[in-house]
Amino acid sequence: MSGGHSKYVPVNGVMKWMDERLPLPRLVYDSFVAYPVPRNLNNWYTFGAILSIFMVLQLITGIVLAMHYVSSTDMAFNSIESIMRDVNFGWLLRRMHANGASFFFLAVYIHIFRGMYYGSYKAPREVLWILGVFIFIIMMATSFMGYVLPWGQMSYWAATVITGLFSAIPIIGVPIQEWLLGGFAVGDPTLNRFFSLHYLLPFMLVGLVILHVWALHVVGQTNPTGVEVKDLKKETVPFTPYATMKDLFALALFFILFAYFVFYLPDYLGHPDNYIRANPLKTPAHIVPEWYFLPYYAILRAFDFNIGIPFTDIVLLDSKLAGVIAMFGSLIVLLFLPWLDFAKTRSGNYRPLFRQFFWIFALVCIGLGYLGSRPAEGGYVTAAQILTTAYFAHFLIILPLLSILEKPKPVPPSIADAILAKNKAA
Amino acid sequence: MSAAKTDTLPDPSKRDFLYITTGTAGAVGTASFVWPLIDQMNPDASTLALASIEVDVSSIEPGQAITVQWRGKPVFIRNRTDKELEEARNVSIAELKDPSSRNDNLDNGDATDINRSAGEGKENWIVMIGSCTHLGCIPVGLAGEYNGWFCPCHGSHYDTAGRIRKGPAPENLAIPKFQFINETNIKIG
Repeated sequence: MSGGHSKYVPVNGVMKWMDERLPLPRLVYDSFVAYPVPRNLNNWYTFGAILSIFMVLQLITGIVLAMHYVSSTDMAFNSIESIMRDVNFGWLLRRMHANGASFFFLAVYIHIFRGMYYGSYKAPREVLWILGVFIFIIMMATSFMGYVLPWGQMSYWAATVITGLFSAIPIIGVPIQEWLLGGFAVGDPTLNRFFSLHYLLPFMLVGLVILHVWALHVVGQTNPTGVEVKDLKKETVPFTPYATMKDLFALALFFILFAYFVFYLPDYLGHPDNYIRANPLKTPAHIVPEWYFLPYYAILRAFDFNIGIPFTDIVLLDSKLAGVIAMFGSLIVLLFLPWLDFAKTRSGNYRPLFRQFFWIFALVCIGLGYLGSRPAEGGYVTAAQILTTAYFAHFLIILPLLSILEKPKPVPPSIADAILAKNKAA
Repeated sequence: MSAAKTDTLPDPSKRDFLYITTGTAGAVGTASFVWPLIDQMNPDASTLALASIEVDVSSIEPGQAITVQWRGKPVFIRNRTDKELEEARNVSIAELKDPSSRNDNLDNGDATDINRSAGEGKENWIVMIGSCTHLGCIPVGLAGEYNGWFCPCHGSHYDTAGRIRKGPAPENLAIPKFQFINETNIKIG
């Protein structure tokens, strides 16, 4: 799909002069105007564009908020309140930024699950997928550090718990933790460096997104049939106006939902404890991360037992390290998805068994999210252990097995055939 | 064979030497520039300049506990009742998840109650860093299944000697260096 020569024709002498020196307009034209997209893309394919808009939105509101925020433990909490009360439109900017993070994650989760359902990670799109996983991980790091900045109770204890993860590493763990914190506990040095990194990481994100889009434009988009484009003329439409308008329409709907939260439920996705100033001597009774981290939190807490050699006292992995490894492992396993699922058929539409397991997996993730929000006791822990097993089993056992055992339904010979068949049926 | 080699290749020794020395100097230079960038994140001089603290514990009655701050972290000081002591003593080491005393005042030792307490004659006193060994939350006192401490973050239960009994935490609560400097005052650090 990257193939084919450039369709760009400079409209006047100035553009022609420019084109011969730095063909940036040509790059933009070929990437976002003439770029051919499969004509059978459904609405689930609009989230890539929605995500790039939300990234820009987070950058803009974030840069503006940084003009008013003070990253010192004495001032941080009050500076947030002053943004909310004194700064012109500060309430709007902060609520857009805080809820924007949530909607960024909502969109990225839909985007990821869409990729999983339609097998978008399969050859030749492995690098595209891996870049996406890196984007997701950087997003998580960025949002975590941003959450610490208001210096509320949840901010403080989130910082303590997450940097505490590193102390699980044998021998070098505690020095690493103290290096990250710049002290023996979360304090001024921690807050300052988190602010610095929270400002830096989004720009790294932009760099990765450019690579992600580049990789996408080299291999071309997938589509619901999972069949590659064979006839550019019959099976694709130019990005502008077709994809542009479709993406903008989806974005408008997504923005309505976003605006509803920003204006009517601004704190619904947050936690009231974060309106209490950080207190290093008191942990909130019930500490939970933001909703988008809950499944990982449930996996972390599922390990309340040491892993050792049965019938001996030898401990291979203590419960804390096991939980930390499982939590990071739940992300790392995504990197290997293109090789764990090696079925020839790409799209879930033609894989009846895969499709069932896909939805079970989606429910497992939602279930883990629910358990992450519950206290770590009794039946909740047992349930989290079962679902954590199911999460890893999906990647490590079910997908490889399905790749071997499943008999897929016949795939249409081309996108054009699939569209014609659908129109005939209708 | 070796003769052929020297025939076709120019004498490599001088140029190779220059390449290797330049490369080495570059690597050492880069490393010595990167190290300050990494090391600046470590705890700074003002953080490391830690004074020890003194605490008057005379007003803590049996069954009561206080929390003081040391090194930015909470320290629990609890005066245990005879019943609590009795319970903690009757636990066998085999039952414990972490059999080590984790006491900085001792070289080593099992997590017996006496090794966890302030020692002979002061067995009722227990002084510990109040930072859950799981991920650093502060456990709640007089709570949990063993009536010791309970960490609300991820559900770790500690007994009245601060030993981990249940939940994801791997170790007993750490005991810092401390001593009774007289009948009523403890010096921590």
